[in-house]
Amino acid sequence: MPCSPDSPRTPSERPDIESRTEDWRQRLDCAFDPVQSIFADCLTAAREQLGWAALAAYIDTARLLCKLGRGAEPVLAFLEGWPTVCQRLGPGSLDTVLSWVRNIQRTPNGDVLGAFFQALPATAASLGSRELLATYLDLLMEVAQQSSTSIHRRHAILPSRALPELIRIAPQLLKQVNLQGLREWARQGLRQHAKNPERQADYFAMRSADSRALFQSQRQGTLLRAHERQLDFYLRALWDDPVALISYSEAFDELRRPQPYADANGLHLPDLRVDRDGVSGLDQYRLTLAHLAAHRRFTQSLAADNVSPFQRVSIECLEDARIDTLVLQRFPGLRKPLLALHPRPEEEACNPARESCIRHRMTMLSRAILDPGHGYRDPVTRKFADLFHECLARDLSDTASMAELAKEYLVASRRPSDAFAHVYFIDTEVPYRDDNRHLWHFNDLDDESEQDMAAAPPANAPVSLVHHYPEWDYVSQSYLTDWVSLYEHLHPRGRAEDIEQLLHKHAGLVKRLEHILAQLTPQDRERLRRQEDGSELDLDWAVRSWLDQRCRRDPDTRINQSFRQVRRDLAVSLLLDLSASLGDPVQGSRSAQSVLSLAQEAVALLAWAIDRLGDPFAIAGFHSNTRHEARYWHIKGFSEAWREEPRARLAALEAAYSTRMGVALRHAGHYLSGQKKEKRLLLILTDGQPADIDVSDPDYLIADARQAVLELERDGILCHCISLDPHADNYVQKIFGKRFSIIDRVERLPERLPEIFLTLTA
Amino acid sequence: MVQSDLLHDYRVHREPYYHPQGDEIELFLAAYNRRLPVMVKGPTGCGKSRFVEYMAWKLGKPLLTVACNEDMTAADLVGRWLLDADGTRWQDGMLTLAARHGGICYLDEIVEARQDSAVVIHPLTDHRRQLPLDKKGELVHAHPDFQLVISYNPGYQSVMKDLKQSTKQRFTAFRFDYPSADVEAEILVRETGIDPDLAPRLIELAQSARRLKGHGLDEGISTRLLVYAASLMADGVTAARACRMALVDPLTDDDDIRATLEHAIDALFP
Repeated sequence: MPCSPDSPRTPSERPDIESRTEDWRQRLDCAFDPVQSIFADCLTAAREQLGWAALAAYIDTARLLCKLGRGAEPVLAFLEGWPTVCQRLGPGSLDTVLSWVRNIQRTPNGDVLGAFFQALPATAASLGSRELLATYLDLLMEVAQQSSTSIHRRHAILPSRALPELIRIAPQLLKQVNLQGLREWARQGLRQHAKNPERQADYFAMRSADSRALFQSQRQGTLLRAHERQLDFYLRALWDDPVALISYSEAFDELRRPQPYADANGLHLPDLRVDRDGVSGLDQYRLTLAHLAAHRRFTQSLAADNVSPFQRVSIECLEDARIDTLVLQRFPGLRKPLLALHPRPEEEACNPARESCIRHRMTMLSRAILDPGHGYRDPVTRKFADLFHECLARDLSDTASMAELAKEYLVASRRPSDAFAHVYFIDTEVPYRDDNRHLWHFNDLDDESEQDMAAAPPANAPVSLVHHYPEWDYVSQSYLTDWVSLYEHLHPRGRAEDIEQLLHKHAGLVKRLEHILAQLTPQDRERLRRQEDGSELDLDWAVRSWLDQRCRRDPDTRINQSFRQVRRDLAVSLLLDLSASLGDPVQGSRSAQSVLSLAQEAVALLAWAIDRLGDPFAIAGFHSNTRHEARYWHIKGFSEAWREEPRARLAALEAAYSTRMGVALRHAGHYLSGQKKEKRLLLILTDGQPADIDVSDPDYLIADARQAVLELERDGILCHCISLDPHADNYVQKIFGKRFSIIDRVERLPERLPEIFLTLTA
Repeated sequence: MVQSDLLHDYRVHREPYYHPQGDEIELFLAAYNRRLPVMVKGPTGCGKSRFVEYMAWKLGKPLLTVACNEDMTAADLVGRWLLDADGTRWQDGMLTLAARHGGICYLDEIVEARQDSAVVIHPLTDHRRQLPLDKKGELVHAHPDFQLVISYNPGYQSVMKDLKQSTKQRFTAFRFDYPSADVEAEILVRETGIDPDLAPRLIELAQSARRLKGHGLDEGISTRLLVYAASLMADGVTAARACRMALVDPLTDDDDIRATLEHAIDALFP
């Protein structure tokens, strides 16, 4: 929008340009040499774009910036950039910017003004409206306040290190997310690294992996990660070709813009696809996969050694067209999205006198082959499209025959301008196609690339013992994807006899428990009498009914009996907190026994009891040392019998590190949900609230654990917490609702734990 | 003659359509000649029951089918005492009926029955060919025409749903699978009258789903479901809706698999 182009201009306001320039220079009143030297040029440019009022405001603002004492940089950037911004956002935006400048000038962050005005034109182009600019400036202010080092939380003393990074990178980021996404991402960064200005700077400069990951989650479009399972199904079901999918990011690679490709590791796809031309992101992924899978099935690789670059372009184009044709033969329903995505270059768009039209011609040919309604008049294109279809119809359909045809085409259509450095690119990129690196092998090189397609590894890669789990961020009310790395191990073994001895030690308790167990153990068959329809005649009742009938009374027809199988349909998983505090001796007790050894006794008794009942159960321990190292120790699996091995593992428990409860709950729940039982119970034994050394906000891990419990309940798993912390009521209730028991006197744990379990499941 | 009257309702009067996949018809006849017990295995809806029905028609014997389930007891197979005006009356179960009067007793999906119920067939399946009715105090000697056929689906990955070795080893076995694409297409056309050009597309879709077996699907799309879809299409329902109704929605509740199959439908039936 031009700025007040028709504002009234009296002739007296614009006498000859030279003298006016001097007037403006006086009005600017700025002594910086660099400013002086570019001023005349800037003014000429600004006159073109700004009306008189806007011009005056422009000069006045430059004067103000000059007097701020921030050097020449802001003035220069402003003088150069503002006219464009004003054109785009309107002259009113100057007030918005000025009031922000005054605010930031009062903080220690005034030095960012240079960078700010430098980036402003690009930022404004991405934002597009004055309202959004105001919101963006608010965001900058928020970042400035929260990331400046301050005393008493009020008086900022050191400038923010994050702010200049954000200002610099914002234009680039705003191309990929909307302002709201940018704000979410910025706030996450401020929170994650609240007390560490250097880490903040890394975060805002996109130098840290977390920062990229969090930014990724703010982007709009279809994420590969979210549909990976579905696309695996797609490859397996429709192409019978399960290959690994690997994502790469287009977000941080502006220059090179990578294309999808296939190599020995699998199929590489962009991590995000935005809907375009009426084709959803998911359908674009499927089309790319269809294209790649058809390549894997139908393409034979060629030797690249004696092929010129033009020949390569041409061969690749025809081979791609052949692959697409084969895909369409098999799945005619894909024609619509495929043609929607395939560019349709205008016939006359490229001028062969000035630029190289090779890509333009090839794309036209490809379009003509795939789209019967192409409407191109060029005789060579038409002829070769027909030749192509003949070739396919004659069943000469292989890569080599395409190569022959491509070479003929190149000869027939060659233009001198093909070799020009300036290549016509518009409308020549086919977004669902790959870069065809698998098509070529080089005889004189190592045979590395040759193995690519052929030697694709089997799809079922070994199961990794590292798992990544999300964590719930209650502040932003969203999941932090793949936030925690969980390592899964088999617990080392100790002496199984120790556990035996523990059982002997509690002989009295064992006897009492046995009594309860006898009552709980299900009787296998239960007789149901007086059934209308049963498996056997119940003679007592039959005789009685018969007598009734003989005596002319209404007989009871319920004379059968049947039997019912009675089973406990329950799977239990017991999760032990193995954090360092478990190693402490029991408080107020005379013996030096640690909480951990009490827990061992209790678990031994509980395991013995569950084993007697015959319910499948698993035992595991967990602790963590920051989110990068959560450990999950298997002590007993569902399929293992409660014999020597698991007992030996239980005997070797050791306490260390902290309690990151949410991830452990999720992982235990993952195994428990594999148990096909009517009831699934997750018991967690812990002595304190969730905590880890990389988390300063005590509510964060509590909220995450709560979220994990809710997830499990949704999957039909009940969580019950047994806490050894007498002051636990508050947070345990927050996490587990009503499902918890607190054991005040830790010494009584061995008898209480089995009792709690038995009451829960009776 | 008396027997045939008794089992008249169980006779197969019209020839069922059956397309052989191999030499199973001759082999079944050979097994019947020697009255060997037969077991038919294979995924659900691949034509096991149709095969047995066809053989009963071909042999001209009555077919007594029992659909087994978890609540089925030995009494349902053997028989039980009932009450009537004169006191109690014994009623033969299906197995006893077939053994007494000479028919083919077909226990469909035998693994669904509880293992203790399945054991009652043992004495009928070896050289003794007799069925003791202990509750009645009678020993039934099998009629010379009697044959026992069972079917089950070995696909269920459950330890509970398997036959005891002692039961398995009393049978000769036929292993069925979904027919080859050509045969299956012919079956669809014969059974439903669907356009012969559309049948291969339906089969391509079924094969897509069958490849997902074990990767989220317990069973692929069966021939039976294909026949349903094809008959809907032959009656003018659009391909996409018929497939969704007959092939996708009965099969799975997994969103990702459903999306994949629906995409396959769109891709195959433009």
